Amino acid sequence: MDLTPTASQTVGPYFHLGCTNNHAVSCIAGPDAKGERVRLICRVLDGDGVRVDDAMIEIWQADSEGNYNTPTDAQGKGSDPDCAGFGRMATDANGKCFFETIKPGRVPGIKGRSQAPHFNVSVFARGILKRLTTRIYFADDPANQECPILALVPEERRATLLARPDRGNPGDWFFEVHLCGKDETVFFDV
Amino acid sequence: MFKLSSFRRHEASSQPMSLYPAYRATVQRTPRQPLIFLPHTLSEVTGPVYGRNAVAATDHDLTRQHPGEPLGERIIVKGQVLDDGGRPVPETLVEIWQANAAGRYFHQKDDHPAPMDPNFTGAGRALTDANGFYEFVTIKPGAYPWGNHENAWRPAHIHFSLFGPAFATRLVTQMYFPGDPLSAYDPIFQSIPDERARQRLISKFDLEITQPAWALGFRFDIVLRGSEATPFEG
Repeated sequence: MDLTPTASQTVGPYFHLGCTNNHAVSCIAGPDAKGERVRLICRVLDGDGVRVDDAMIEIWQADSEGNYNTPTDAQGKGSDPDCAGFGRMATDANGKCFFETIKPGRVPGIKGRSQAPHFNVSVFARGILKRLTTRIYFADDPANQECPILALVPEERRATLLARPDRGNPGDWFFEVHLCGKDETVFFDV
Repeated sequence: MFKLSSFRRHEASSQPMSLYPAYRATVQRTPRQPLIFLPHTLSEVTGPVYGRNAVAATDHDLTRQHPGEPLGERIIVKGQVLDDGGRPVPETLVEIWQANAAGRYFHQKDDHPAPMDPNFTGAGRALTDANGFYEFVTIKPGAYPWGNHENAWRPAHIHFSLFGPAFATRLVTQMYFPGDPLSAYDPIFQSIPDERARQRLISKFDLEITQPAWALGFRFDIVLRGSEATPFEG
């Protein structure tokens, strides 16, 4: 048998049926999870700046101490049971979706240099043939300066990976995904 | 310190092109800047244990989710999920969604004037077993028109979503049926440059899976990325 990985295809416009009508996950970390509460608000825009109302966003994140809630986390420290670490939502008519969670801790990175707190993000939609992957970092976090992954991103584009705090609503962080166009978000080859 | 193994990278031609103007929606939804190569860290080699506790016994049988039986050709879709080293991927979530036999989705945005089927929602989920096998019972979806170009029709297909063990192994794809004349005209299918990679998205009729006097059987194996043999220090 040919063991080349199976080709990706778009989720199409009707993914809600299989993925989010009954199986959306907006609460990534429950109220008892340790750490700083965050409400993450994402908005997806296309190359014309038009809101994308048929995208699906998935989040994968560490708990407040930088451990992933999964058996494949090789750090062997266990993780906060109240932080499942996974969320997925369809965007609404405004191109937005929301997640209730906590700020992730720092995760080991490359050669002993730990990564700044970040969310790992997958973006799916009609017109996206292969999942797009990006990351969300926290604006003004001093750890960003030391993150070995952010260091791979040209400095002038790093701002596209930053969530911004909503000063009027403490704990709310806003992140825009620009699929293309002049403010195009940095996407990664994972 | 601890050891991690990164996941092997794709051969580009075996995956669809991102910008494929024949599929119009890609034009405003495809990044134009090159992707930034991300060396795998703990963030990419871990993944959610999602849905393992949330699969009910009948979720894999789309013909038994309503009081009556759906209309259409009853089929069994079965296959094995493997990694690219040939190892089965056990206990991973497989989610599917599809149109009904008339080519209509149970979705408010689908305005194709084909009949709805009150006995068919078209969504299912299953976990792979210890050897990586999954199985669904459903009905064969119909082809349907879409607005991409003049007289555009999607070949009959079932959407598949899989997680695998890591963020890096996440896959969403579509399964097609053998001998479908519409595949040749479908830009979503044709966006994959390599002919063999396209053929692997086409399920195979399988007499062994076929149940006498009950349902036709189709085999659809799925290969996820596997991890490199040599671990590195995280």
